[in-house]
Amino acid sequence: MKIKILSSFLVIVFLLIFIVFYKGLKNSNIYTPDVDIEKDIPFFKAQFFNSSNQIKSVNIFTDDNFYIVNIWSSWCVPCREEHSFLVKLKKYKNLKIIGINYKDNLDNAKIFLNELSDPYDTIILDQDGTIAIEWGAYGVPETFIINKKKIIKKIIGPINEINFLEIKEIIQ
Amino acid sequence: MKLLKYSIFIFYLLSFNLIGAENIDLHKKITKSLRCLICQGQSVYDSDSEFANSIKVLVDRKLKEGQNENEIYDYLKDKYGEWILYDPKFNENTYFLWLLPVLIFIIGGAILFKSFIIKRN
Repeated sequence: MKIKILSSFLVIVFLLIFIVFYKGLKNSNIYTPDVDIEKDIPFFKAQFFNSSNQIKSVNIFTDDNFYIVNIWSSWCVPCREEHSFLVKLKKYKNLKIIGINYKDNLDNAKIFLNELSDPYDTIILDQDGTIAIEWGAYGVPETFIINKKKIIKKIIGPINEINFLEIKEIIQ
Repeated sequence: MKLLKYSIFIFYLLSFNLIGAENIDLHKKITKSLRCLICQGQSVYDSDSEFANSIKVLVDRKLKEGQNENEIYDYLKDKYGEWILYDPKFNENTYFLWLLPVLIFIIGGAILFKSFIIKRN
């Protein structure tokens, strides 16, 4: 009798473990970050793109309007793809576009902007990539949408048609 | 007098090096226990991606600012979530993970103990 209880208990335990691991096997092991987040704007200090002055993050995001923070670089090919969407977003008056120039060569970055036009209201420099980390970014390109001084959405990778329509809907 | 000067200089050099080496070891330890999020299966220490290099610079800066290991982990966890740490913390999501080996050990021990007792009787 005792042995019967023990063996059935064992079978149940093994079944349980089997089910857990079998289910785990089907989970994706590719990390997918959360994109609908509500976080505060990080605090940082950075240098302007076209002057040697420093600016604090609190002086960039001064009002409750919409902001888009776009991390870009001239060496990044997907940034070229998304650039036309940023140029289209420029005409919205209640939206400011902040560029973070990520680990770039200044001359190349200027050529990039001359070639594809400059949609940014402010550009700051991130020479060693640490400001991107303050934002919790993974690489370039990456875009954050900010409203009332909170990050409400982030887009990892280039902005596409769907993201563009989403952004338009959010800011209207 | 000259000898004294030299020995002071050498002593200074040695002590200077020692401080640096300690920080390097800690830097190595921290970056080895951080997961490089854009390269599957590599630590920040092993990776040479832009992301990993930036994290290395950041860890270096934080150590120089005098922050300790746990403060750096907490900072990065806040930015990127639990996944960036190789060692998962003990919380309600990981109870099962941490307790399963202990549970199996206890059950196995109980079975062994029981079978010995039964045999002896």
